[in-house]
Amino acid sequence: MDRILVCLKRAVDYNVRIRVMSDGSGVITDGVKMSVNPFDEIALEEALRIREKGETEEVVVVGIGADDCQQQLRTGLAMGADRAIHVRTEDALEPLDIARILVQVAETEKPGLIMLGKQAIDGDNNQTGQMLAALWGRPQATFVSKLTLFGTTATAVREVDAGLETIEIDLPAVITSDLRLNEPRYVKMPDIMKAKRKPLSTTDLEKLGITPEARVSVLQTEPPQTRQKGKIVADAAELIAELKQKGLA
Amino acid sequence: MGRILIIAEHDGEQLNPSTARCLSCAGEFSGLECDIAVLAKDGQRVCEQAAALDGVRQVIRVDNDANEHALAAVQAPQLAKLAENYSHVLGPSTTFGKDLLPRVAALLGVAQVSDIMSVLANYRFQRPIFAGNAIVTVEVREQDKVVGTVRTASYATAAGGGSGAIETQAIDVELPDHTRYVGTSGSDAGGRPDLQSAAVVISGGRALGSEENFKLIYQLADRLGAAVGASRAAVDAGYIANDHQVGQTGKIIAPDLYIAIGISGAIQHVTGIKDAGTIVAINKDADAPIFEVADIGLVGDLFTIIPELEKLL
Ligand SMILES: Cc1cc2nc3c(=O)[nH]c(=O)nc-3n(C[C@H](O)[C@H](O)[C@H](O)COP(=O)(O)OP(=O)(O)OC[C@H]3O[C@@H](n4cnc5c(N)ncnc54)[C@H](O)[C@@H]3O)c2cc1C
Repeated sequence: MDRILVCLKRAVDYNVRIRVMSDGSGVITDGVKMSVNPFDEIALEEALRIREKGETEEVVVVGIGADDCQQQLRTGLAMGADRAIHVRTEDALEPLDIARILVQVAETEKPGLIMLGKQAIDGDNNQTGQMLAALWGRPQATFVSKLTLFGTTATAVREVDAGLETIEIDLPAVITSDLRLNEPRYVKMPDIMKAKRKPLSTTDLEKLGITPEARVSVLQTEPPQTRQKGKIVADAAELIAELKQKGLA
Repeated sequence: MGRILIIAEHDGEQLNPSTARCLSCAGEFSGLECDIAVLAKDGQRVCEQAAALDGVRQVIRVDNDANEHALAAVQAPQLAKLAENYSHVLGPSTTFGKDLLPRVAALLGVAQVSDIMSVLANYRFQRPIFAGNAIVTVEVREQDKVVGTVRTASYATAAGGGSGAIETQAIDVELPDHTRYVGTSGSDAGGRPDLQSAAVVISGGRALGSEENFKLIYQLADRLGAAVGASRAAVDAGYIANDHQVGQTGKIIAPDLYIAIGISGAIQHVTGIKDAGTIVAINKDADAPIFEVADIGLVGDLFTIIPELEKLL
């Protein structure tokens, strides 16, 4: 295939313990470390391995957001992507609009695969890949932990509640990655320098003919109910006694 | 006035309990009747089980050879068609529902509300974000259909004793053949209860050190009639199969008793057990974050504690 598109979302780093703003208007993101959504990083790693096996010519990373999302696109280029597309918008878009944008990008890029993380660890929506596949009218393989290409088809092993499910899909298709698909490579210093010279093109919603909508409004953000820290028991016998007292053993 | 359609999860024979949990969620809406759609090759048995749930108005049986296995690309166009007669479409936030519902929403041109944990009004919901570290209240425009997945750990299974009517329907839409089912390999539960509905769950972490040592967890589980869970580290290391993983990217569970053994308590793990009745933690590190959420903690070496527990049980 000619190319694989990989979507990279800028998200709060997974090591950050997020806090809710006291006025309930959102979570605190000022001064917080931002990274590529870890599931997207895995998707990119897989695309790079496919290119390294000679099964695609090119890996193109796509980011949608304000100018700062170019940082994550540069990370993607440093990992090994060939070029980047930045779809510039200041709006916080819903998954359906992200999917509509990606369909437009796919119309011009004609990828054999579009790969993204199964969810972003900020909104935890787990929607964009499925919505993209629906609007694009193509197969989806979600929560994938193994992908094998056979020219015009592919088999995907999916992590499902019952275990591992295998499906066969025609290409082009949408793949969403699960954690066990691979372990992403570390970016080396010289690659970061090289990435600065790789092509990064910019477009916007108007050029793509997309008018985003606010279908779901967020009224309030609260901290979750916290569990009380309990008691420490001395030994196994005391543990069993506690459980018996609660009627649990 | 609207009406709710729930998409049944099943394996062709048995209705998954996640469907009865969705029905409990549907009960939180005011003034909306609820139907269940069963897409199957031969849905007779599953429809009978669905019709017996308390609170179902009608079960819609859609038999089609293409529905033998639940493929989102095949089911979504059928459900989008059925959804024409409904204001709300719900499914479980299991891998089945997460795969399918967004595809339905996109075909309908509407948003999806993921992981509904409470219904505040017919268009207003609460859901977790950031691995459960924040809860948002969201509102869907009333002009749109609501498509949502239900966080099953937030809801009990609806009771039986219902007597919904079963109506057979043929849906006239073109179905794609670009997606084909090959097979599923599940880990053998060894007669143990199902992780997602068990009253007691015992999980092991990286500390177990090997697949062989992980048998200690199984033995203890058998003493307590418990299901077995695991941290991601234990699954990644190959001690146990992926379908046992508990957490943000595994299963979200709410047993009466959860026992975490040799698990540090990373936020991604803890988000999967927040709704458990009692949490017990066994860890040799007194500062492990798991003790922050545990109702009962025991500091010590699991390799000495597990045999002691077995003796005492
Ligand atoms: C995007 C993302 C999603 C994730 N999703 C999940 C998920 O769904 N579920 C999940 O579990 N993790 C998930 N993780 C991983 C998570 O961050 C942790 O890495 C993982 O939970 C750690 O597993 P663990 O507690 O078994 O291992 P560790 O963190 O290594 O903890 C091992 C613990 O065992 C204790 N220990 C060691 N030896 C003994 C002994 N002999 N006796 C008693 N105690 C002992 C140690 O003190 C330590 O606390 C995710 C991570 C990311 C980035």
